[in-house]
Amino acid sequence: MKPAAFTYLAPRTIDEALSQLADAGGDARILAGGQSLVPAMAYRLAQPSILVDVNGLTDAPPLAEEDGRLEIGPLVRHQDLRRLSPQRPLGALLSSMAEKVGPWPVRCRGTFCGSLAQADPASEWALAVVALDVNLTLESRQDGPRSVPASEFFAGVMATTAREDEMMTAATIAELPGATRWGFSEFGRRTGDYATVLALALYELKGGRMTRVRIATGGAEAVPRRLSEVEEALEGSAPSKPRFLQAAELAAEIIDPLEDYQADALYRRDLVRSMVLRALQQTTR
Amino acid sequence: MSGRVSVSFRLNGSDCTAEVEPRQTVADLLRAMHLTGTPVGCEQGVCGSCTVIVDDDPARACLMFACQLEGRSLRTVEGLATGGRLHALQEAFDEEDAVQCGFCTPGFLMLAAAALEHDPFLNDDAIDALVSMNLCRCTGYGPIRRAIRRAAKEARRAP
Repeated sequence: MKPAAFTYLAPRTIDEALSQLADAGGDARILAGGQSLVPAMAYRLAQPSILVDVNGLTDAPPLAEEDGRLEIGPLVRHQDLRRLSPQRPLGALLSSMAEKVGPWPVRCRGTFCGSLAQADPASEWALAVVALDVNLTLESRQDGPRSVPASEFFAGVMATTAREDEMMTAATIAELPGATRWGFSEFGRRTGDYATVLALALYELKGGRMTRVRIATGGAEAVPRRLSEVEEALEGSAPSKPRFLQAAELAAEIIDPLEDYQADALYRRDLVRSMVLRALQQTTR
Repeated sequence: MSGRVSVSFRLNGSDCTAEVEPRQTVADLLRAMHLTGTPVGCEQGVCGSCTVIVDDDPARACLMFACQLEGRSLRTVEGLATGGRLHALQEAFDEEDAVQCGFCTPGFLMLAAAALEHDPFLNDDAIDALVSMNLCRCTGYGPIRRAIRRAAKEARRAP
């Protein structure tokens, strides 16, 4: 239960970090909050020969709200998102989801971008960025910054499309319109632990009808995704219990459930049905 | 390949410098310094027994490398009592019999100390959420939450 030896680097700028990653030729890992990487190193599931600790970066952009979008820099901790203003739908949604991320000591150190890079299928933030069509900025020394839509970032359980010399330097989320209704629900066996299944529902209520409906699940499949068939089934109709039940039923049918020691396929479908229903019901609170 | 690095930080209010291997965690370093008040339980960030306070936030000492302490302030259970007087939380844990085997106690004390510093008006729901963050396998959570509630009351009375 002790990590293997590694070389420790503590860059002061993003450029310096990118150079160190490029020079390492794939043998380096980025250390941000360390709340997932360090346990993996203790188990020796991860044995990087070089650790690039980005906590001392002086030019990492902070959490900023401007021009109708929220920019989340690489060192923004889960706890920082708890402090977003609940006056606007996006702030209310993210601060409410942040409360479900790990226990408080983990929230104080773990980072938003780090959680995405980890790509755990049950991550709250992985679900959020997919549902909210977030743009992720990946940077490397070789190619500079590039923008990747969240829907193209996750490649499988704990796998992403990022290259080994790339670092996520920002996640950019467009502000949600004032008429946005949202609901978030997750089921986990233990408080503060990873959820088994989680669901997020969003729509704008216009003239009593749901428009721009977004329904996404996490923990259900290898990667979180939007369920377009469910979204289409709800689009344009008025929010009601029968509609929600129908949508939850459809969600349970169309997913391709993961199976693991926590839940088999049948149980995961049941959880998807319940979580989607609860998320939808929450939108009318 | 991994050499030793020098790290300077504040430890319970005093300046301190240590030579560490990068792979040593804060928990490992504290044990090596004979500050055995911070027990090492699961070593994977789950049990919370090694909770310490870094700057003003609680941290699991097994999930932070000692070299990351550079320039920071670290507080451990050894720094909780001041001037020969126990901290209100330590008094309350004693009064409420919130200690049995004692292994998890320092972690609960540091977690609760950080929480009370952030918000002395912790309500019962917040205390319940707080105690669910660390594992206790013998005392039981009832006495621990009663102790924290008692200490919170004391903290609010303090000038």
